[in-house]
Amino acid sequence: MGLSRDDLIMRGGLVVLAGVLLLIVGLPLWALLAKGFEDGDGRYVGLANYVSYFSTPAMFNSALNSFHVAAVSTAIVVPVAFLYAYALTRAVLPARWLFQGISLIPIFAPSLLPGLALVYLFGNQGFFKVLLGGSSIYGFDGIVIAQVFYCFPHATMILVTALATADARLYEAADALGASKPRVFFTVTLPGAKYGLISAALVVFTLVITDFGIAKVIGGNFNVLATDVYKQVIGQQNFSMGAVVGMVLLAPAALAFVIDRMVQRKQVALLTSRAVPLIPKPKAGRDLFFTVFCATIAAGILTILGMAIWGSLIKYWPYNLSLTLGNYYFSNFDANGWESYFNSLRMAVGAAIVGTALMFVGAWLNEKTRGFGIVRGVVQLLAFLPMAVPGIVLGLGYIFFFNAPNNPLNFLYATMAILVINTVAHFYTVGHLTATTALKQIDPEFESVSASLKVPIWKTFSRVTAPICLPAILDIAIYLFVNAMTTVSSVIFLYASDTKLASVAAVNIEETGATAAAAALCVVIVITSAIVKTMHLLADRFLLGRLQAWRRR
Amino acid sequence: MANTSTFRRTALAGVAALAAVGFAGSAWAQKTKLTVYTAIENEQLEPFKKAFEGDNPTIEIAWVRDSTGVMTAKLIAEKDNPRADVIWGLAASSIGLMASMGMIEPYTPAGAAALKPIFKSGKNPETWVGMDAYLAVLCFNTAEAAKGKKAKPTSWADLTKPEYKDSIVMPNPASSGTGYLTVAGWLTIMGEDAGWKFMDALHQNVAQYLHSGSAPCVQAAKGERLMGIGFDMRGASEKTKGAPIDLIVPKEGLGWEMEVTAIVKGTKNLAAAKKLADWSASLKANELYGKYYAIVANPAVKSMPANYPADGEKLMAKMDVEWMSKNRTRILAEWTKRYDSKSAPKKQ
Repeated sequence: MGLSRDDLIMRGGLVVLAGVLLLIVGLPLWALLAKGFEDGDGRYVGLANYVSYFSTPAMFNSALNSFHVAAVSTAIVVPVAFLYAYALTRAVLPARWLFQGISLIPIFAPSLLPGLALVYLFGNQGFFKVLLGGSSIYGFDGIVIAQVFYCFPHATMILVTALATADARLYEAADALGASKPRVFFTVTLPGAKYGLISAALVVFTLVITDFGIAKVIGGNFNVLATDVYKQVIGQQNFSMGAVVGMVLLAPAALAFVIDRMVQRKQVALLTSRAVPLIPKPKAGRDLFFTVFCATIAAGILTILGMAIWGSLIKYWPYNLSLTLGNYYFSNFDANGWESYFNSLRMAVGAAIVGTALMFVGAWLNEKTRGFGIVRGVVQLLAFLPMAVPGIVLGLGYIFFFNAPNNPLNFLYATMAILVINTVAHFYTVGHLTATTALKQIDPEFESVSASLKVPIWKTFSRVTAPICLPAILDIAIYLFVNAMTTVSSVIFLYASDTKLASVAAVNIEETGATAAAAALCVVIVITSAIVKTMHLLADRFLLGRLQAWRRR
Repeated sequence: MANTSTFRRTALAGVAALAAVGFAGSAWAQKTKLTVYTAIENEQLEPFKKAFEGDNPTIEIAWVRDSTGVMTAKLIAEKDNPRADVIWGLAASSIGLMASMGMIEPYTPAGAAALKPIFKSGKNPETWVGMDAYLAVLCFNTAEAAKGKKAKPTSWADLTKPEYKDSIVMPNPASSGTGYLTVAGWLTIMGEDAGWKFMDALHQNVAQYLHSGSAPCVQAAKGERLMGIGFDMRGASEKTKGAPIDLIVPKEGLGWEMEVTAIVKGTKNLAAAKKLADWSASLKANELYGKYYAIVANPAVKSMPANYPADGEKLMAKMDVEWMSKNRTRILAEWTKRYDSKSAPKKQ
């Protein structure tokens, strides 16, 4: 079979994509991980660092703790997020948009925020300390609560995408055949969402494994692999050992990659070209149950946010609780004042535009290119890696790679551009997964029909594929924007004197003890992202109304 | 009359604006931008920059500031292509590490002769020159102590009393420089055997080992813990903000660390960098440090910032910086084995 012009274009695009991912993910990571095979003076020592790391009992302790926290958090988040996403897509909720908005709040917040709020709620001076019954928020319980809060939107976002595009004809057929409701759920709904469910579980598991912000603030003595990286790199400037722990942390990602490949092979398109979108019809009992369920979850999220807002308005916790707006005059707490906030905005907009284009076109190339398995495998692997890499590792890798004197790209170092590139790379995985999930639900027949009508592939992309996926594209853009507003662990190594970010400033301010001002900066970040998200929901409605009209009968 | 004055004002404003543009233009043309890496406190950045630039109008400081650990890691990671010109305000141990890697440009600043000997590297020319010293003190929350009827400790030995069970926080020496100097201080004062024995007993009362040197005094200030062992300046500033804490200098003596200045090898602005190094060792600069720290490099500066413990300088342990850096890996491994893994469970 010869290659058509379309095939050649797609393959060329895929090669370019692989090159870009290699530059922004693969090579910087290798620049750091290679240090794992060197001693402090840069001499090659083979596996000596690994041997010494694996022979310390503390390492097994940390690995076990990491696994334990990640497993428990995943077991809590995924079912809850599935029910929530199910409610949003398959039930008729009053003020559905409000529940959707609230579910996203945790993603708007720097990881400092749940940490601070939990201390106000359950710390030794906290309002609800008694609820813990003598155990302490500093440790396993605190990490799990904060991780569940933080990971919930990630899982919900993936599951909403997975559940949103269902073919109503399947349900009509099941109904006509007299299938029971549980049977419909287990034979139609669940299989349809299987790919989303597995993706969500993988994402949550690796997010928890790699996050160190929460473990640092509220983990106390509870050692996990991510805090081990922190100890080696920040505490002892031992990059070799930091690289070793970083490499160990890649194991879950490798596993995720293998599982994903296995699942993908079995996934079939749900939204065939003849599909009819499912519109939920009101049903009193079900709707009441889901309304109560969603309201409970939403109340929990709002409590944590509310606590942080209140905490940003008080004078001195816990001894002077009188209210003040003084904590919002950031120049009293950080030399850059509000400037870092505007840097964050510029960075987030840049990351959203550049990242969305790269991720969506990239996922499309990877899904729709015929053959060319090796390059597609490489792209898939590079797209999965960032999720499993702790920010500290990626940030240091960027220094080693982009600051190298012989790297022609080193003019990018210490600019706003490097922060944008780093953020796009750091959050590549979820954007890629979202785009892939959306693309998988489109019948390949669209392309076959276009091809037989001699319509060039990019026309199909711009006139059919992209408009159908517009909701997912907007989701990716918003995801990148809000994460760019909150990211810390990687960019903390990369900002220059005039590109300091608000999220980094919040961490610096918290370290100086000005907890209220740090909470205030977190609240400003949350409000910014909430406004952007509201605009998105409005745009979504308008766009859905026009571009997605075909979904309705 | 009104017209004339308006005209005159406009004309004057115009002349002034032209002069300003001309002046700014010429100044801008000559200005050297120095990239200065630092870990000094946020509130010191503006005053330090203004004071230096006031005396050196042709040089402009561009700060990059983060915590000691992050700045040290960043500097070392940038080793092959350094981006900083000067380091003004980073721990002496970090600069010592960088000097051993050949990353520091040796230079003896003009005013160095006037400084206390311990505030100098002792090399000729100097690799670094000290600014101020900070101590790992005890921050004790008096409000929480009153609630729990706990006595105020005066020595390290007091901290091992059973009444303080689970009420002490200190930095983990594996994640924090302040934590390491605290531990090294104990080993210096008490000797190795007694030092480890003390830490074994202290471990029974430690609620948590935290990942930062500021956090213990902040947690004590906010009543999360009865007391924290940590960075003195943080405790003093929390007290100034209204926290009910006392800063205690235990009578056996205590560990400490310096903030120092050094020039980065390979800087493209060596002349300007030397000017900053000279200025950082000047009496004027030391007076500025004295606004924030009780112990500064120049013996002529007598300072006592608000809420600082009085007798800190007398009780500073005789720290051997070389010994500290040589034995760091061994001490941290021993510490981690004893207190930071499951192999050392606490007595219930």
